[in-house]
Amino acid sequence: MNITEKILARAASKGSVSPGDVVFADVDKVMMHDVSGPGVIKVFEKLKKQGINVEKLWDPSRVWVAEDHFVPSAEKISAENISKLTKFVKRYDIGRHFRYGMGQYGICHTISHEEAMVMPGEVYVGGDSHTNTTGALGAFACGLGHTDIAYVLLHGRIWFRVPETYYFKLNGRLPDHIMAKDLILHIIGEIGTDGGAYRAMQFGGSGVDAMSVQSRLTLCNMTTEAGAKCGIVEPDQKTLQYLESRGATNMRPVTGDADSEYAKTFEYEADKLEPLVAEPFSPENTRPVREAPTVELDKSYIGSCTGAKYEDLRAAARILKGRKVKIRTEILPAAISIYRRAMEDGLLRIFIDAGATVGPPTCGACCGAHMGVLAKDEVCISTTNRNFPGRMGHVDSKTYLSSPLVAAASAVTGRITDPRDLP
Amino acid sequence: MSGKVIKYERDNIDTDVIIPGQYLKIHDYDELARHAMEGMDPEFHSRHGSYILAGKNFGCGSSREHAPIALSHSGIKAVLALSFARIFYRNAVDGAFLLPIEIDEDAYGAISDGNEIDVDVGTGTIRDITAGKEYKMHPFPDMISKIIEAGGLFRYRPE
Repeated sequence: MNITEKILARAASKGSVSPGDVVFADVDKVMMHDVSGPGVIKVFEKLKKQGINVEKLWDPSRVWVAEDHFVPSAEKISAENISKLTKFVKRYDIGRHFRYGMGQYGICHTISHEEAMVMPGEVYVGGDSHTNTTGALGAFACGLGHTDIAYVLLHGRIWFRVPETYYFKLNGRLPDHIMAKDLILHIIGEIGTDGGAYRAMQFGGSGVDAMSVQSRLTLCNMTTEAGAKCGIVEPDQKTLQYLESRGATNMRPVTGDADSEYAKTFEYEADKLEPLVAEPFSPENTRPVREAPTVELDKSYIGSCTGAKYEDLRAAARILKGRKVKIRTEILPAAISIYRRAMEDGLLRIFIDAGATVGPPTCGACCGAHMGVLAKDEVCISTTNRNFPGRMGHVDSKTYLSSPLVAAASAVTGRITDPRDLP
Repeated sequence: MSGKVIKYERDNIDTDVIIPGQYLKIHDYDELARHAMEGMDPEFHSRHGSYILAGKNFGCGSSREHAPIALSHSGIKAVLALSFARIFYRNAVDGAFLLPIEIDEDAYGAISDGNEIDVDVGTGTIRDITAGKEYKMHPFPDMISKIIEAGGLFRYRPE
């Protein structure tokens, strides 16, 4: 069995599983945030009316809650949601709650790795589609809706169809001007937004071995954009060190068997990759930056679970150091721990000196919710994960997706720019 | 169950156009319904459909359960599509909001916008009443059909 099958077999208490099997799997960790949380509360209210017992959670110590989509509260309704969620956390004695304005908080997927909330080998479900991100730690990490999360909270398990696995092999170390974001955009451009549908997307090879954990997180994050059930990387020494340095103990990593089977294998040479953008209105509309049309940009956005981890900010700082931005540039570290490190290491000063605005961690503008949404006809280059119509604001705005290096280089010139072409 | 078809001849209809991100803070089902399909079809409600007919990968994108909720509370009983994104599919079934029905290219191509159709899950047929034609739907996988019969995941009892 490969790693995904082994994790699901263990969780379903079965000797082995095969792609296509439907299993009920025990869940190790579950997450909800200020959008899915109130959705789950609504499901609980419905269940109560139907006479279903919602008095106790299966194991509140395995549940954690993030405030990320509408913080700082955009207006009254989102403020009410945070208040509702806080009462729910208290009422059910939920393990961890990362609160805006109270120390560490941030985008749920970023918290999952920054705070070592998920361990290799675990089954982790979250009320958010980008839960796939955390598979980079060697867990089975999968996004679910409100009803399913409510079911997990009460029963501690949920059904899955065991996915077939596509294996993506990267040969060689990524060159300096290429980031993991370029690779995952390249893959989505090749297989399409339903190319990984219902499947596991596993990443490996010497290039992935050489990658930092944070780069692997970027790869797994955007498997969602290919429709995948999960993204996954086999845990190695780097994974364990990353988690240990964030307080993890007693890890039980799982790796695939020597005869792991994959439905399909894709292979890439690191030195052949180009910096890419995904043009509006789909992450699969990829094109090398050097072949991108000349468009006047209005804004560069460096934020989100995809593109505002510490190494993403460091990449942006490499470009922005000693330069000035030509367009509105917003940089939002994805968690307070990253914000602090960026402050201590002088990155925030570089951003502010360049003319950018630094904001608090939030999903905000990435999902068109608040804090920097786009006006009609505005054009944005963004380190986020989706560029559907209206995704980041007005339905007639446009978003180009790119790596932090490209977004920062484009901020300097005001048009889509390959970092190698900066004067 | 019979009703009118709203046809969108396009693939990858994503959850951001089904219910835009700014409404994610709303959890009142009727209020969500008022904004259904706002990202691509301002005429959606005046078309009074019971069914949506669409191409590949319907419901891709976010995990927001708001999407099947907004459609079902707008009177949509089923979405007929060439394929579905996984989270939309399981949200629709597990929450018992609407039926995600997979169809073949011939049905997708032939059934016109505004036609009256009748969907019979028991026999697996879609009858185009307006055109007088009949099509087969893809059968639901075994456990999915049990969850549908039970009326959602919470009413389903695994063996």
